[in-house]
Amino acid sequence: MTKNKIKTNLYGLLFALPWIIGFFIFGLYPICKSLYYSFTDFNVFMEPNWVGLDNYKDLFQDRLFYKSLGNTLFMTAIGTPVTIVFALICALVLNMKIKGRAFFRTIFFVPSLIPIVAATLMWVWVFNPKYGLINIILKGVGLKGLNWLADPLLTKPSLILIGLWGMGVAMVIFLAALQDVPRELYEAASMDGANEWRKLINITLPCISHIMLYQVILAVINNFQYFTQAYVITGAGGSAGSGGGLNVASGGPANSILFYALYLYHNAFVFLKMGKASAMAWILFIITGLVTWLLIKTYGGRGIHGERGKKNAK
Amino acid sequence: MEAGVFMGREVRKMLNKKIVNIFFKYFILLLLTAMFLFPLLFMLSTSVKSINEIFTESFHLIPRVFHFENYANALRTIPYLRYAWNTLFITVLNVVGQLLVSPMIAYSLSKVDWIGKRVVFVVLLSTMLLPYQATMIPVYIIWNKLGLVGSYVPLILPAFFGYAFYIIILRQFFMTIPDSILESAKIDGASEFRIYWNIMLPLCKPALTSVAIFTFMFTWSDFLGPLIYLTKQDNYTLALGLQQYLSEHTIAWEQLMAASTMFAMPIVIIFFFAQRKFIEGVVTTGLKG
Repeated sequence: MTKNKIKTNLYGLLFALPWIIGFFIFGLYPICKSLYYSFTDFNVFMEPNWVGLDNYKDLFQDRLFYKSLGNTLFMTAIGTPVTIVFALICALVLNMKIKGRAFFRTIFFVPSLIPIVAATLMWVWVFNPKYGLINIILKGVGLKGLNWLADPLLTKPSLILIGLWGMGVAMVIFLAALQDVPRELYEAASMDGANEWRKLINITLPCISHIMLYQVILAVINNFQYFTQAYVITGAGGSAGSGGGLNVASGGPANSILFYALYLYHNAFVFLKMGKASAMAWILFIITGLVTWLLIKTYGGRGIHGERGKKNAK
Repeated sequence: MEAGVFMGREVRKMLNKKIVNIFFKYFILLLLTAMFLFPLLFMLSTSVKSINEIFTESFHLIPRVFHFENYANALRTIPYLRYAWNTLFITVLNVVGQLLVSPMIAYSLSKVDWIGKRVVFVVLLSTMLLPYQATMIPVYIIWNKLGLVGSYVPLILPAFFGYAFYIIILRQFFMTIPDSILESAKIDGASEFRIYWNIMLPLCKPALTSVAIFTFMFTWSDFLGPLIYLTKQDNYTLALGLQQYLSEHTIAWEQLMAASTMFAMPIVIIFFFAQRKFIEGVVTTGLKG
């Protein structure tokens, strides 16, 4: 018996070993190492040199650091709820009694399959002030075209729009959650004379709240790492009106899309300030950890309703 | 319904409301469809237009003359095929690594009753929350010290240690396999490895397919990894190559759109062939949270 137990333990460990090793090499060790790096001055070519809190002091006096943090918080605080609500609306629309649901679901979902670089290239072109689709449509209905990617006030909303277009994954998850909500609840509510809005507020939302929390956490973490779209757009030169060249670290018009991850990348791989970038990485690590913890602590308890609803359904 | 004469006010009101509802429903549906579809159609339309037609004030979604040679030109000027080959190479090896290792780990975390199971699973879940940037620099330094920056190794080798996301998909699936099947094999004297290889894996083909598809999609589209690790243009992946091309030639929109279309096509095609698996996969990971 005990011999069997040892054997089982060994097998379990053996099977999980690749991940455990990977976790130490690519997870735990780098996290600790980057804390150490954040107290040093170094680039790739020289050994780290201990400078204490200098990198952090430097960051807290760096205007661009605050700018990038502010831009990222904008995406997190506004982009996240807008995207989640939009994905939920799309899921609700698809969950209605409609003909050709599979067809519409496919169309709503396909944009999320397009590789981000391809999608961003496409959107840079769609947003083109003179020849892009959006301004053509705006002008077609008699409105004035906008300078989507060149106006510092519009760059972030434009990026959120790109995000809305590619929200398919969130929508599909919501759709599955909606289909898990027990039918009887709606029937009972109808008998009590509740209208659609009340059903949404009192039945649907509580039943999917745990999925909602999961989506929000994922979206927040993703928004803190927002990078590729901004990098492609700021690198696009004249067409986006950013004027950013290849070697100049650029954050778009008036640095309005200099996001945290983008500035971190610039510090690490363009300016080769690896120490400063590591300090940024640790601040990011702490912020995302705190926000996730806060979200789970504040809203985590509500998930129980959803779980209970799901169990009843089965 | 009773005869029209008797159709009371109430009934008519309800009927009107119903018609308005249906109208409203399909209006929203069409509006959303247009929003999702038009940018893609615009991309396709640009990809077969002549330069002159792109830069004119009068806009036609359907070009007057189709210039399919844009695709051939994009293949030549971007070196699309070279980039596509590089991307495919990295992607296939990532899929292989992931399929080799992730199911093993998932098996250990679902069907083997060992002491470390819970701890490992909790740590694994929490790494899903770890931002890429938090570990990016030290990992880069490791590869740099090994002299492997510029090679494909940093983009391939990590897949052979398994990613949390895929392990969770597989674990969810493994949990649905009844223990009784494994128990009877155990009684017959099969080793843990035989059970895994001969019983578990064949039963879990659908989940393995999902993981293969997801790995393919994420590696194929990945940008930050290649941006950091690939230094020579000959080694570029499609994502990196297209981004670089855009930063150098901002005018050649017809070629860029043709290249973007070809870049997205493999994933869209896979999606249409394996649509159900795809959506099921997304949903299992999503609902798990």
